[in-house]
Amino acid sequence: MSYVTRNYRATFPDALRSEWTKLSSLRSLWFTALATVLIGPGIGSLTARAQGGAYLAGKVEDPASFDPTAVSYGGIFVGQLAIGVLGVLAITSEYATGMIRPSLAAVPRRARLLVAKCVVFAGAAFVLGQLIGFTSFLIGQSMLAALGVPHAGLDQPDVLRAVVGAGLYLATIGLLGLGLGTMLRSTAGAIGLLVTIILLVRAVSLAFPQDWQIWINKYWPTSAGEQITRVIPQPGALAPWTGFGLLCGFVLAVAVAGYAVLRGRDA
Amino acid sequence: MATTIEASGLSKRYRGKPAVDDLTFTVEPGVVTGFLGPNGAGKTTTMRMILGLAAPSAGTITVGGRRYTDLPAPMHAVGALLDARAVHPNRTARNHLRCLARTNGIGPRRVDSVLELVGLAEVAGKRAGTFSLGMSQRLGVAAALLGDPAVLIFDEPVNGLDPEGIRWIRTLMHRMAGEGRTVLVSSHLMSEMALTAEHLIVIGRGRLIADTRTDEFMAASSGGIVRAGTDRPAELSRALLAAGARLESEVDGQLRVTGLSNNEIGKIAATNGIALFELIPERGSLEDAFMEVTRHAVEYGVTS
Repeated sequence: MSYVTRNYRATFPDALRSEWTKLSSLRSLWFTALATVLIGPGIGSLTARAQGGAYLAGKVEDPASFDPTAVSYGGIFVGQLAIGVLGVLAITSEYATGMIRPSLAAVPRRARLLVAKCVVFAGAAFVLGQLIGFTSFLIGQSMLAALGVPHAGLDQPDVLRAVVGAGLYLATIGLLGLGLGTMLRSTAGAIGLLVTIILLVRAVSLAFPQDWQIWINKYWPTSAGEQITRVIPQPGALAPWTGFGLLCGFVLAVAVAGYAVLRGRDA
Repeated sequence: MATTIEASGLSKRYRGKPAVDDLTFTVEPGVVTGFLGPNGAGKTTTMRMILGLAAPSAGTITVGGRRYTDLPAPMHAVGALLDARAVHPNRTARNHLRCLARTNGIGPRRVDSVLELVGLAEVAGKRAGTFSLGMSQRLGVAAALLGDPAVLIFDEPVNGLDPEGIRWIRTLMHRMAGEGRTVLVSSHLMSEMALTAEHLIVIGRGRLIADTRTDEFMAASSGGIVRAGTDRPAELSRALLAAGARLESEVDGQLRVTGLSNNEIGKIAATNGIALFELIPERGSLEDAFMEVTRHAVEYGVTS
């Protein structure tokens, strides 16, 4: 016989390498990431200038609650959507193209495939998130400084935690997208649910009775998770790490539901 | 080590409707085995169960005695081409193969060598979405060969291929079987299977209809008809009928006879001094055999 049967045993690092190749070999993903890094801080600089101007004009209701760090994070609203969509696409593009079948034939242990995908995506999203977080902060603060309003520096208490936290928050939303995509297996459905969770519920809650609003602001996973990006806590909100922990728990629950679907259903 | 594919009581139901129904068969190494059946017979479902993509409702299917999902390095054991279009269109051919290769510790050199082998080396850096169906099929074959596996599975590989591509894939399958590998290839094209497969597993409506050598399958279905040509058809038919034959038809001196072998017919003609111009046992086409055998098993129309 002219072929060799090697006694190879496929490992988890093999699956990691494959997932990294999948992620890094799509040029469209690099463009999306680049656009997110440009647009996120870009919008952040606009909100920083607007709110800095409002502070100068005395239009800020309670100057003591003016949080220069949070003010430079207007772009996170957009950034979280982009990273979340990237997370969705990381898995639903495999279903849409049919690539999921060769992928699963190559890695039949479905937990291994999903965990490898999550680890690689989380790593990439973390780097992307930190890029957006730090760029937004540095640009935003320099604009506030130019306006002559209070601004933050990384050496001040809690500021570094908030800046790193912004990137962590973004990476976690990316994983939320990946979990939703795994659960629903459809790009449109998963993006719809993602937008509902991170934007719609909170927007609609403004029309709810006030005690509901207060509850949603405190316990809705993305509202709670967002506290990690703040230096000056919002009244009635969970503590930064507690809130972020709640978001992580929620994302983990979605990922477990996604795994149940991946494991239980035929591909 | 010889590696067989073994199905035992294999069943798959979708919402209570059986797609694969109690299949038991063994695919042996060293020959090309055709997996034949009309569209919707359950061929693809069975292949997806071999690869662990779909879970059986009952029964088992194993490769070399192990369930696919228990294989330590599946691509080294089994190479499969199920759907050539199941590729991300924006990835280059080389990167597509690298994504798969890395999962089983297969290096970039092997990726380049299979690209060479299937004739895609020139377009390795092109996006897979720009490929014709024929090129996609070659890419799918390349993916199947990455791990140099002992078992190869192809689902309808000639679909949409030009004659040159069909000949290429047929030669490849024969070569792989000749090297001692186990080759299972599905098709609904019986004429293709007659040229490609030495052994046939025939299914219809998810059930096993035949598991036999291809030539036996064809011979069994010819009905033992022998065609005899002569210038004295009336005398010959009288003599043959007297010997216990049955006359199926007579057109322009051509008799189609059953119940006697061509040897017996030849002797009877000689005894009676009748010259024979031709004496041919009719070989049934695989199509005929297939229609005969699956008449009650097609998905539509007949209820069993």
